[in-house]
Amino acid sequence: MGAAEKPLSRDTLIGKRIPKLDAPDKASGATRYIHDLDVPGALHAKILRSTQVHARIISIDTSAAKALPGVHAVITAADVPWQRPIGVGKDHLPLKTDRVRSLRDEVAAVAADTEEIAEQAQRLIKVTYEPLPVISNTTDATAPGASQLHDGHPGNVAMTFDYAQGDVVRGEAASDVVIEDVFRLHYVTHCCMGVSGVIAEFDPSGNLLLHSNTQVPFLHKREFAELLGIDPARIRIIQPPIGGGFGSKLDIYPFEPIVIFLAKITKRPVKLVFTREEEFIASPTRQPVLLKLRSGCRKDGTLTFRAVETVHDNGAYTSWGATTPFVMMQTMSSLYRVPDCQYHTKAIYTNNPYAGSFRGYGNLQATFAVEAHMDKLAEAVGMDGLAFRLKNAQDPGEVTPQGMHFNSCGFKECLTTAAARSDFLRKQAENRARWDDPTPVKRGVGIASMLHVGGGAKIYPSDGCGTILKIDDFAHVTLMTGASEIGQGSETVLSQLACEELGLPLSAVTVINNDTDITPWDVGVHASRTTFIGGNSAIGAARKAKAKILAAAAVKTELAPEALDLRDGCIVRKDDGKRLFELGKFLRSLHFSDRAELVMTSFYYEPPSKHQDTAFRGDVSAAYAWATQVCEVEVDTQTGIVRLLKVTAAHDVGRVLNRLGIEGQIEGGIVMGQGYAITENLMVENGVMRNANFRDYKLVTAPEIPEMDVTFIETMDGEGPQGAKGVGEAPAICIAAAVANAIHNATGTRIYSLPFTPENVYRALHGAAQPPRWGAAA
Amino acid sequence: MSANCEIAFTLNDVRRKLTVPAHMSTLEMLRDQLGLTGTKYGCGEGECGACTILVDGTTVNSCLMFAADCDGRELTTIEGVAVSEAGERLRAAFVASGAVQCGFCTPGLMVQASHVIEGHPGADEATIRRGIEGNLCRCTGYRKIIDAIGAAGRTALKGVEHGRS
Repeated sequence: MGAAEKPLSRDTLIGKRIPKLDAPDKASGATRYIHDLDVPGALHAKILRSTQVHARIISIDTSAAKALPGVHAVITAADVPWQRPIGVGKDHLPLKTDRVRSLRDEVAAVAADTEEIAEQAQRLIKVTYEPLPVISNTTDATAPGASQLHDGHPGNVAMTFDYAQGDVVRGEAASDVVIEDVFRLHYVTHCCMGVSGVIAEFDPSGNLLLHSNTQVPFLHKREFAELLGIDPARIRIIQPPIGGGFGSKLDIYPFEPIVIFLAKITKRPVKLVFTREEEFIASPTRQPVLLKLRSGCRKDGTLTFRAVETVHDNGAYTSWGATTPFVMMQTMSSLYRVPDCQYHTKAIYTNNPYAGSFRGYGNLQATFAVEAHMDKLAEAVGMDGLAFRLKNAQDPGEVTPQGMHFNSCGFKECLTTAAARSDFLRKQAENRARWDDPTPVKRGVGIASMLHVGGGAKIYPSDGCGTILKIDDFAHVTLMTGASEIGQGSETVLSQLACEELGLPLSAVTVINNDTDITPWDVGVHASRTTFIGGNSAIGAARKAKAKILAAAAVKTELAPEALDLRDGCIVRKDDGKRLFELGKFLRSLHFSDRAELVMTSFYYEPPSKHQDTAFRGDVSAAYAWATQVCEVEVDTQTGIVRLLKVTAAHDVGRVLNRLGIEGQIEGGIVMGQGYAITENLMVENGVMRNANFRDYKLVTAPEIPEMDVTFIETMDGEGPQGAKGVGEAPAICIAAAVANAIHNATGTRIYSLPFTPENVYRALHGAAQPPRWGAAA
Repeated sequence: MSANCEIAFTLNDVRRKLTVPAHMSTLEMLRDQLGLTGTKYGCGEGECGACTILVDGTTVNSCLMFAADCDGRELTTIEGVAVSEAGERLRAAFVASGAVQCGFCTPGLMVQASHVIEGHPGADEATIRRGIEGNLCRCTGYRKIIDAIGAAGRTALKGVEHGRS
């Protein structure tokens, strides 16, 4: 799109604090989420899940359930012999046939007049299981003779990634300092406040209408079509406003096809909404990782090599979680300059909950390890952590050995800004000097940085987004975009970008972004891509409309189109701003003229980045986001309680488009990162989730949030819409890493596994913790 | 299946008479029986605050209260709060402060916030934080919600002072 020719003299919408367009409805309780939609005649569905972690299904008796008045259908795999494997790995059927591999597994489903009857019927289904040995960790899964969870996956290896640049042996030989540590990262889950749900209905001609919370409607259209053996054109997906996504809605999950099966069989609309417990048990997690990192540097602080091995607990099936190494390796190879780097990873099947994509996509785990080593190496060569990082940080224009092009890169400015604003070096030295003080409550400060995709992500064959823009006779714009809103504010930002081109106020736009029969194609809302990709697409459509209007105005005024502009709802002379026509009036004159014309345009934006090659070399994004965060903590050495007091964040966001919106993204991400670091821990024991509720799974609450000081570094990316880059995932990525470094600064103890709950921290401080070991259970 | 109860109560200033199953929660009554979907189901066990309503002027997790226990009480839901003068002020503050993202927790927070402000119009930061600790939000990190409540409280306080003078 070309960076940011600075706007003309008039007022700009860019960089302002723009309230979200959907906020008044949401704050009034007027927004209708999927839970609030009632389709007349709809049946209510319930899914019967396995009571066994790993077992053979011997028999399922649905007769009593079927006999219950008000029950329309009770289905098992036997009723849908045509069902096909779903998900990223295509390794499981929506309804399981002869074997269950995790406690969430779907065994049968009911559609009934009411939710209550469906629940009752569900309890009447009798399933006989023959238990099989439970594989509850990756060590057992890879032990010789371990039973194989899926055919065609010997050793229970679900997926592997191998990447190498340079020669790590040479790199290690050239090192003055070499360190190696093992890190263990835990299970957490998305906890969207709106639980999962779907409504499916077929019309008499067999066309499927889905009301769905998916983040990828166009991809799902195709997947459901394959599943049903029908033309994708016969599937329409409408997304009601979504109560939180964070990556949890990127894959197809069994409940969606099951509800479709029930609708097909009963010939009635069928609605399913999860309970909160079900949401915990049957929606994806962030993948637990065991990570071994070996790093080195020279005496002068130059990084030499990094060798990484990781084992991911994939859970029972393969969803996006298995593919996160693809992002993790970028942090390993390219956050800092490392000549030699080697990365091996395996995702291993177990009988645990299966892992999906979650804000940051593996990068929280990778950054946790890398930034611990940056501190340790700095200390080993006697440099301060800031100078050591600055010495190895990327610069603009860098092409990394992995082949990533950092066209805009404000990394060093992020580092210096966050350090200066937090007075990092002074505080670090002071805290360290107090290690031997008798006071039980210690203060610590820690720094960590991150690199993440900021210009879309080449994961699918296309990373594009389409826009259709219509301007009516009253100069009102309808912006039809493929880009989905999940609460992040995309419809507001896209409106701003279109209005900026068309010289219109925000009140002149309606956004349509949730109906596959109307909106043009988009790959989905993920990878921090919507502002960048959807934004460039909206700008493209608006520029086409503008060109069309100005060409018509040029004919009427006998001025060149280049001499005209759109401002404040008028067509004006560019040089002196003289108003020539009121825009609505001019459009009406076009419409009702002899050669009637409506102003409608369409535009498709696909970023210029190319796909990586099979050795993972090349760009995955058209631009990259950078950030540094400094965390200040208080550690009570007598209780193990860690309080996050302050986060000073500096983010290279390209350019701020909506200041209010971007602050909200950063603050929300920081607090989500705080949860990952300190409070959240999904406890899975022998395949059983022990805390599938908000009482025992601790989200951060309002009294606990830190003071947040956020600075935006505006590097004006050449490909970004008005210079902007993506920011959605970035703020959650380095909190845990920075908190770990802060705990070390406070106490002298380095903790290699998350989360920093009082018990874990207390044990670590008092020498009662087992540090993670390679080869031990991930 | 189960016994029904006849109850009479005031809901958003309108008197209602209703027959509800004895085991029904107030949340289900509001959403399924009365079609007031602004009050949200977030967890069903009183941990998230998405279903917060006012009962006789006090905030309650409506998922934990039997509908039968509404008899003789005065209920205000987000639909009632949103059209009150204080609610409009609060909504304006939520919108202007950027306190809304996915919006699913917002109705519960609006109701809770209206209660906090009514009790403590000039509430300080710590009081506001404490006042909404029972409401979970996964998107915003709470910062802008706290700011919004503070701003609405200050506006309310100014209104009171102005009224006095």
